[in-house]
Amino acid sequence: MSDELLYSETEEELRTAVADLLADRAPWSAVLARTETAEPYDAQLWKALGTGIGAAGLLIPEELGGAGATLREAAVVAEELGKAVAPVPFLGNLMATELLLAARESGNGTAAAAEDLLRGIASGEVTAVIAIPFTRSPDTTYKGRVSVTPWPPREAPHPARLTGKVTSVAGAQTADVLLVPSDGSIYVVQAADARITPVTTLDMTRVLSDVEFDDTPGQLLAIRYEPLSQALLSGAAILASEQLGLAEQCLTTTVEYVKTRHQFGRAVGSYQGLKHRLAQLWVQIAQARAVARHAVSATGAEREIAVAIAQAHCSAVAVQAAEECVQMHGGIGFTWEHPAHLYLKRAKSSSIALGSPTRHRRRLAELVDLPAS
Amino acid sequence: MPPLITQHDLENRIHDFLAAHDPGSTDRLDFLRARFDAGLAWLHYPPGLGGLGLPRDRQPIAEKAFAAAGAPDNGPRRIGIGLGMAAPTILAFGSDEQKQRWLRPLWCGEEVWCQLFSEPGAGSDLAALATRAVRDGDDWVVNGQKVWTSMAHEARWAILVTRTDPDVPKHQGMTYFVLDMTAPGVEVRPLRQITGEAEFNEVFLTDVRIPDSQRLGAVGEGWKVAQTTLMNERVAIGGGASPRESGMIGVLAKTWRENEKVRDAALHDRLMTLWVAAEAARLTAQRLSAQLAAGQPGPEGSAAKYAFATLNQQISGLELELLGEEALRYDDWTMRRPDTVDFVGRSPGYRYLRSKGNSIEGGTSEILLNIIAERVLGLPGEIRADKDVAWKDLPR
Repeated sequence: MSDELLYSETEEELRTAVADLLADRAPWSAVLARTETAEPYDAQLWKALGTGIGAAGLLIPEELGGAGATLREAAVVAEELGKAVAPVPFLGNLMATELLLAARESGNGTAAAAEDLLRGIASGEVTAVIAIPFTRSPDTTYKGRVSVTPWPPREAPHPARLTGKVTSVAGAQTADVLLVPSDGSIYVVQAADARITPVTTLDMTRVLSDVEFDDTPGQLLAIRYEPLSQALLSGAAILASEQLGLAEQCLTTTVEYVKTRHQFGRAVGSYQGLKHRLAQLWVQIAQARAVARHAVSATGAEREIAVAIAQAHCSAVAVQAAEECVQMHGGIGFTWEHPAHLYLKRAKSSSIALGSPTRHRRRLAELVDLPAS
Repeated sequence: MPPLITQHDLENRIHDFLAAHDPGSTDRLDFLRARFDAGLAWLHYPPGLGGLGLPRDRQPIAEKAFAAAGAPDNGPRRIGIGLGMAAPTILAFGSDEQKQRWLRPLWCGEEVWCQLFSEPGAGSDLAALATRAVRDGDDWVVNGQKVWTSMAHEARWAILVTRTDPDVPKHQGMTYFVLDMTAPGVEVRPLRQITGEAEFNEVFLTDVRIPDSQRLGAVGEGWKVAQTTLMNERVAIGGGASPRESGMIGVLAKTWRENEKVRDAALHDRLMTLWVAAEAARLTAQRLSAQLAAGQPGPEGSAAKYAFATLNQQISGLELELLGEEALRYDDWTMRRPDTVDFVGRSPGYRYLRSKGNSIEGGTSEILLNIIAERVLGLPGEIRADKDVAWKDLPR
């Protein structure tokens, strides 16, 4: 059905609620100021968004205290967060939620543990992230560098000890719980038991951390990787919507600016050299909206294809929008005091996160039978 | 308010219609005329004019039901200009008498239409057109030359924009007519194009008389009427939903799948980039149709048309690179007069050459980008040196 490419009324209401909150609590000046503090993530904003609006438990079934919504609603939240480059762990928490939901179905005796964590996420008591480098794409064969004892894992839930290091994890700094993939299985570790070291990150609004385990206690959650790839796939789909929001914001800001900035006695936006590029960007963004909507609506075998298309397209569009934003703002766009750089850094980082466009195109080639050789 | 007709009601109506008009034994034209009279032609048109006043998105239900019953169609590709451009304009600006006269034979494919807009001196700047129409009693006398006219050699009718007042600025002095292509003084000459064939024509108008009863809209309002035609044209060219890998990307994908020897690592990423771009354009067209179900065509149609043109050119260019030696050959330079553009049935070289027209016909890509920039993004318009100047004083 082509109606699924449009927005529902409920989705528009959710959008308005999130947009209002962000306009109030996360203007870009506040986002910029926060990047230079020790707390790059905004805990208060995340609380208001996560539990006030219910974004943290959006995908969690109602019987576990969540909203029982789908990726479509989550995508609308992501669009608004992208517009504000808001420093909240929404995406990481969403991927962890998807992993827990999938693990709950896997039926190896860990469903109860997964449900406890899901209840905690829905109530806002727990924020979880998957301890995996942010660059990993959904078709990853990631084994990790964390070793586990006892090995091999038993089917039933059991305590284990983890040792090793995971680099460039998004959102770990604010997480209460880490879901740690290791050699085919997934373990739950309390964040307080791991050593989490924030790194200086290109994207100042989504800080990454290195996470180290040293004989750290953990609990088996799942013995298969299928839940992990499904979680990353959902994350990649949601990231496409975040990239769409970011691109839209860059276009809006730039269009406003070129209408008011005059050179040679004319608004610079009256020159075709700029007008045509902005019109092309608008076309790209209109397409980004269609592919992003499709990515969060598709099911079955189409889902992986739809997500790869959305990631390949939206990553490029977000980068194009942010780069044009900097360029068309001229001198001011290159300064620290103007928000353009926050968007450029987020856009470029996001295009590499969860698989680069090249990686997604390569995967797509396999999925649609267009082999490289 | 349109009448409330559910999908179920509609399917019943079609079922009843098919029961009364067996597609197998009814004459083709009789069948189409009866379908029109039953309001089952273009469902969103008003009752009495081939429709039922339904939302546009109901049309596929009817098309599917008629196709499943093996019903004859009206040859939509051959009468595309009539369906896509003339009809919406007649519907918006025609008198009741004009609508009754023209819409039924148009939809049934009995009468082919063409569009007399572009001129040698007025392409992107359509409003600069010079074809003169001078009032003479109940008639207008028309002199001038039109160009890039598809189907003029088969058309019975044309939609025509003329200059009726040269003493006012260009947008104000135009008037829109329907021209009988069989009238004395209408001469059609084929215009051979870079592919070797001639889809288009030049049309010379010498002292052609048009009755005032064939005017659409008021005298001097031709530009406004033409805008309606052009918006619908872009939707017709760029819009519509289609399955994955339809059109040129499907040809390219097939070539890649079937010929291992064309596969090259550097070309592979370009292939996939274009495959993604084609999907993005396809899904966007699908989204646009869903939006259009409710409303009227807007500037989004310009975006779809722009995207389609760019994509066709990139895909056909890559196809030649893939093929290597085979790409150096061309299927046929014979001068022909095709009714429709067949991208898929011809050779790769034809696709490459013909797609060059996509960014020129129906509004150049540059003009479409201006439209998006100005009407969607609200950016300042182009500087118009001719804005307050009488048309007759413009440099030409």
